[in-house]
Amino acid sequence: MKIIAAMSGGVDSAVAAARAVEAGHEVIGVHLALSSNPQKYRSGARGCCTIEDSHDARRAADVIGIPFYIWDMADEFHAGVVENFMSEYAAGRTPNPCLRCNEKIKFAAVLDRAKAMGFDGVVTGHYARTQEGADGRTLHRAVDPLKDQSYVLAVLNREQINGAIFPLGDTEKVDIRIEAEARGLAVAQKPDSHDICFVPSGDNAGWLRDRLGSEVGPIVDQDGTKIGEHKGAYTYTIGQRKGLGLTIPTADGSPRFVLKIEPVTNTVVVGAREDLAVTSMRGENPIFCGPLVGAAPVKGFVQVRAHGAALDCTYYMDGSELVAELDAPLLGLATGQAMVIYDGDRVVGSATICETA
Amino acid sequence: MSVYLDHAATTPMFDVAIDAMNSALRKLGNPSSLHTEGRSTRKDVEDAREIIARAIDCLPSEVIFTGSGTEANNAAIKGLFWNSEKKVIIVSSIEHHAVLDPALWLADHEGAELIQIPVDSDGLIDLDFLQATVAARKNEIALISVMHSNNETGVIQPIAEVVKIAGDIPVHCDAVQSFTKVPISYKDLGLFAMTISGHKVGGPLGIGALILRRAVEIPALLHGGGQEREIRSGTLNAPSIVAFAAAVSAHIFDATKVAQLRDLFESGVIAVRPDAVINGESAPRLPGISNITFPGTQSDSLLLLMDSEKVSCSTGAACTAGVHRPSHVLMAMGLTDVLSQSSLRFSFGASNTESDVQFALSVLPRVIERGLAANSVGKK
Repeated sequence: MKIIAAMSGGVDSAVAAARAVEAGHEVIGVHLALSSNPQKYRSGARGCCTIEDSHDARRAADVIGIPFYIWDMADEFHAGVVENFMSEYAAGRTPNPCLRCNEKIKFAAVLDRAKAMGFDGVVTGHYARTQEGADGRTLHRAVDPLKDQSYVLAVLNREQINGAIFPLGDTEKVDIRIEAEARGLAVAQKPDSHDICFVPSGDNAGWLRDRLGSEVGPIVDQDGTKIGEHKGAYTYTIGQRKGLGLTIPTADGSPRFVLKIEPVTNTVVVGAREDLAVTSMRGENPIFCGPLVGAAPVKGFVQVRAHGAALDCTYYMDGSELVAELDAPLLGLATGQAMVIYDGDRVVGSATICETA
Repeated sequence: MSVYLDHAATTPMFDVAIDAMNSALRKLGNPSSLHTEGRSTRKDVEDAREIIARAIDCLPSEVIFTGSGTEANNAAIKGLFWNSEKKVIIVSSIEHHAVLDPALWLADHEGAELIQIPVDSDGLIDLDFLQATVAARKNEIALISVMHSNNETGVIQPIAEVVKIAGDIPVHCDAVQSFTKVPISYKDLGLFAMTISGHKVGGPLGIGALILRRAVEIPALLHGGGQEREIRSGTLNAPSIVAFAAAVSAHIFDATKVAQLRDLFESGVIAVRPDAVINGESAPRLPGISNITFPGTQSDSLLLLMDSEKVSCSTGAACTAGVHRPSHVLMAMGLTDVLSQSSLRFSFGASNTESDVQFALSVLPRVIERGLAANSVGKK
């Protein structure tokens, strides 16, 4: 096949591209420029769109022996990921931009462009596996549980999964580094990227404050009694305990946690730990990368964070929304997060959490 | 089969230049040394200097070897500015970054006032603008720099007229693309300074020359041994200098043949893509450069597709991250941001043949079709 290798400049995508070449594909490396004003150098292990990263990606492509180009996706990235990140926070939800990037950029803008140009698919360094079965191609967890990225890929639909190749899903990260070393790739020991690539400082709250302003508002308890002030509701996350700056203690001295963020009234609601408990969630805009889910309840697992646990649940469709009822309560679940349903290690589908109870 | 249509970026080294370089690499001696080996290498360097001087029609003493065309441009722009009490620098708006950026740097850091000469839709500089500017600011102008031909479009600029308008204002001319491609006489043009480069003419990388009028002293960029008229220090790169001269004296570039290939290519392109626009077509152009806009496409997609079809061409400008940016040259000619990012440069050279042109034309229709498709999904 003729495929595009999305190369971030990190070790994973470099090895993925090399493996795709070895598998006999005709591979062309592409680095996505996601910022119109990229920083020159990485600061620590953060970010994935610096000039240094594009250099690392180019060097890896040269060592592997494949053509290499840079695609400017800065506008698409800003519109599809960065603006979504801001508007979701402004609406009191907690988005996952990596997931949006996979959905809107890597397996949409890039895959669509690749196909239009006569390529068959896109290979990335994500840790996930695909399997061919009676129901077509399905998405599965990687064998390395610590690196498994099926959660952030669960936004892909069947067509996107059919155009995706994940060569690293069968290998542990530690072995990928050894393989990179053996292949002579200089990025073998490059640190993993963490956090959000367009917030190089890692200070999400500060980044949001700079862009959304910091309008002071009330922190209230569940009765609506004001017990403090906050500097911008969107800088808080559900379940947050530290940094609330509350001086009025609770009657029994127990700590308070953020329960709810109400953007319209710019209010942060706090309460006791047990009030964070959630036993069911509803998700909107569900995407199924395998067989569709129906109204009949099915036992499975739901995961609500990139590296969170798989929680036992019963899931079903209710109208246009995907519902998961948990076997055991979960503390601190924010709307805006993705709920990803698993059947064993197979990704069933995902939806954006719009309601919890 | 693979076809190289990017001679404006760099040319294949001529065999005579490779042979000359190989011999020179085996030869011992610093040309500044006084002993036998040094004198022998010095002779080779001075022979080469004379060959290059003859080719550009200047005195041998007016040839100052540099490490690149960029270095020669920087030395000229900064040196002529520093040599003057005056603060105005005039350059054309379509200069290569190796001229534009030192001028902008002087504006940012040394109090220069930069005036850019606009170009018309054919890419020719506005001589009336220059005339009016010189008339109005005559006593404030430190230097004028206009390229002999543009690296993206190949459009040849009216340098003789520029020099005439300039009067006694020093004029520098970046002739990197023109040298050996079209007749140029440094002396007849009456220039103060000129830039040429080795790897654009079948010579090696890493060698250029600043042609600077005899008895003009400008401050150096590189200080040290003062090897080149105290204007450029550094051990003379004898092997590259010798190979540069060998390439120049070989007279391998056949302008008539190259222009025929270019014309054949352009008429073939228009036959299959009647909406394509050849930029600068009605201006005098270098024989080998063809800059073509393909409406509805993005040039970085086209380049990838051409490359995968084994045809090497160029999108023009790229920033440090390698992200394609709209060409300042095409924008100056009045193209929109979008159209200037829908353009490719094909540059033909001595090594190209008619079958190269036919091959490039044979892949072009499907490249453009896919480029159009890729652009339409990208913009949905």
